[in-house]
Amino acid sequence: MIAKLSGAMLPEKVWNRLRGGFRQGGAASVSPEREAGSRSAFWVMVQKELGDHIRSWRFTILIGIIVLACIGSIYSSITAIKGGSSDGQSGTTFLFLKMFTLSSSTLSLPTFTTFLSWLGPLIGISLGFDAVNSERNKGTLGRLLSQPIYRDDFLKAKFTASLLLIAIVVFSLGLSVTGLGLLTIGYPPTPEEFWRILFFLIIAVVYIGFWLNLSILFSIRFRQAATSALSGIAAWLFLTLFYSMIINLIDSATAVSQMATVSEQLHHANFILTLNRLSPTELFSETISTLLSPGVRSLGPLTMDQLVGAISSPLSLGQSLLLVWPQLTGLLAATVLCFGLSYYIFMRQEVRSRN
Amino acid sequence: MKPMDIREKQPMMTEEKLLDSANASSGEAPVIELESLTKRYGAFTAVDNLSLRIRKGEVFGLLGPNGAGKTTTILMMLGLTERTAGSARICGFDPARSALQVKRRVGYMPDDIGFYEDRTGLDNLVYTARLNGAAPAEAQKRAKELLEKVGLAGSARAKVSTYSRGMRQRLGLADVLVKQPEVIILDEPTLGIDPEGVRELLRLISDLSRNEGITVLLSSHQLQQVQQICDRVGLFVQGKLIACGDIATLSVELNQERRVEVELAVRPWSEGLSARLKALPGVLEVQSGEWKKEEAIPGSSRVTVACDRDLTAAIASEVIHSGAELYDMRRREFGLDEIYHRYFEKKEE
Repeated sequence: MIAKLSGAMLPEKVWNRLRGGFRQGGAASVSPEREAGSRSAFWVMVQKELGDHIRSWRFTILIGIIVLACIGSIYSSITAIKGGSSDGQSGTTFLFLKMFTLSSSTLSLPTFTTFLSWLGPLIGISLGFDAVNSERNKGTLGRLLSQPIYRDDFLKAKFTASLLLIAIVVFSLGLSVTGLGLLTIGYPPTPEEFWRILFFLIIAVVYIGFWLNLSILFSIRFRQAATSALSGIAAWLFLTLFYSMIINLIDSATAVSQMATVSEQLHHANFILTLNRLSPTELFSETISTLLSPGVRSLGPLTMDQLVGAISSPLSLGQSLLLVWPQLTGLLAATVLCFGLSYYIFMRQEVRSRN
Repeated sequence: MKPMDIREKQPMMTEEKLLDSANASSGEAPVIELESLTKRYGAFTAVDNLSLRIRKGEVFGLLGPNGAGKTTTILMMLGLTERTAGSARICGFDPARSALQVKRRVGYMPDDIGFYEDRTGLDNLVYTARLNGAAPAEAQKRAKELLEKVGLAGSARAKVSTYSRGMRQRLGLADVLVKQPEVIILDEPTLGIDPEGVRELLRLISDLSRNEGITVLLSSHQLQQVQQICDRVGLFVQGKLIACGDIATLSVELNQERRVEVELAVRPWSEGLSARLKALPGVLEVQSGEWKKEEAIPGSSRVTVACDRDLTAAIASEVIHSGAELYDMRRREFGLDEIYHRYFEKKEE
């Protein structure tokens, strides 16, 4: 009551002065109106980036490759399903998910998930490898950053636009596979299957987002677009091809004998598994195999003792998610790490035109 | 043109005062105020203790050779580079702390301006306007008006990759103006354009400053081009501002021995005449040589007389009284080029 009164009694002059004082004091912090202005600038940037990507040849070519690969893999899985080559492990349950995981033995085409885990990183790398250095080389970076935008908004806009695009591509691919499957096998997915597919697509976006971030990091670090593209592709090849070979090498070099105690064998298996899980590719494949094959009950080694009394039935969706939670966290952490590094380097970089 | 007055009138303003005056946008407060600004890269000092004040509506030329630190200074003013020491205030804001406020008011054209090549000129401008918070329709309108103004209306819908260097530079100017700035900073705006293009661009810039009261800071190493439109210039060498003022003041400041040079073309040139000229009180030196220009009269000589005051009339009457013919006579003015050159000469001595 008293506060109200005094507020009403404050002479206009004092009130104005107070407001003026706030305005002055708040020169460094942003007023709401200004804040809104810079936020709209952020979305303007996102729009422009999206437009640039969609018009670019590289995107068209990539989409072409991926769509072709998907059609091939769907054809292969449908042939397999029609041929009745179900592994017999879970019968007709989760038949629909087999659209994503099954491949025909006669056609020898990889599955949809394999294609996605192979080509997904390529989309990510190709959308990000020249994000910053091409702007720098064209001399647009200096011009852009002299506009009233925050430096981090620039990075975030680049990332957001590409990630949005990736999400659109992944979801439209995944949903069209679902639709095609519906048409050809005429067997509708159960709600749980549908949710599993949705989660699988979200995780695929996160995974590709990691590669996008890595390539943006390279594009900040390296001044030449070619260098950054090559580094991105090198990292991709290393993690998808060579890393598992190296792990195999270490595995055979450090192998314990068959006669060793259970704890020793377990220790060794866990050690190799941990090494494997350093690679985001491995994390991704573990995640999707759990989500799309509900029969998977554990991602680590199991002893016979642990299996005693286990009921041989698929896991529920919640349990599957719980099982891959650490993997998902790892993927997100790798993404955030890349983004943090990019941020750190970019904020300290000098903005000069073309040097 | 009395820059000195302002410097004395405003000793060390407090922050509050500065803000107030900036808000009131009175013509008195300096729009750009640099106080012992310094930038070091390791052991190398790119900008050394630079202090500068530029008033509203002024066209200021920052002149200096390549690598003098002009671009670094500009980047510090925009908050795109961190300064090592000193302070800067642009329109009353500190670029290191509230860069966004500064960037909202200052248009900056980098020396090798780049555009999105696969977009049209109009698209590029609209994008900049939208980044500055203009609504789509408003951005379109502004962009079209400005393209008209810089004479690019015809190629508004052509991709920037088809533009010539001069067109790019004009598009750059439009790009700077589309945010409706209070200050524009142009880094080497005349670089790489043909003389006609330079004239047009400079005319545009000076029109802007006259008609719309925009403060212009332009950096250049092409002195004679810039001296036509600058109200004041600062000579910037190796990170230091060595002289600052309008061209007449600079000329006096740097030409302290008050040397005047008179050039004449005389026929016939003789030792006797030379002696007579040398005998004039105030003449320091007489040099003669063959007149080599196309319009030269056969047998005439080109003579340069250096004196400590303006003796043009006395020299003319001396030559005519001696019976020789006088074809050409000119008192040499000190342009920016000369000033600049003389500065370096002095330094070497």
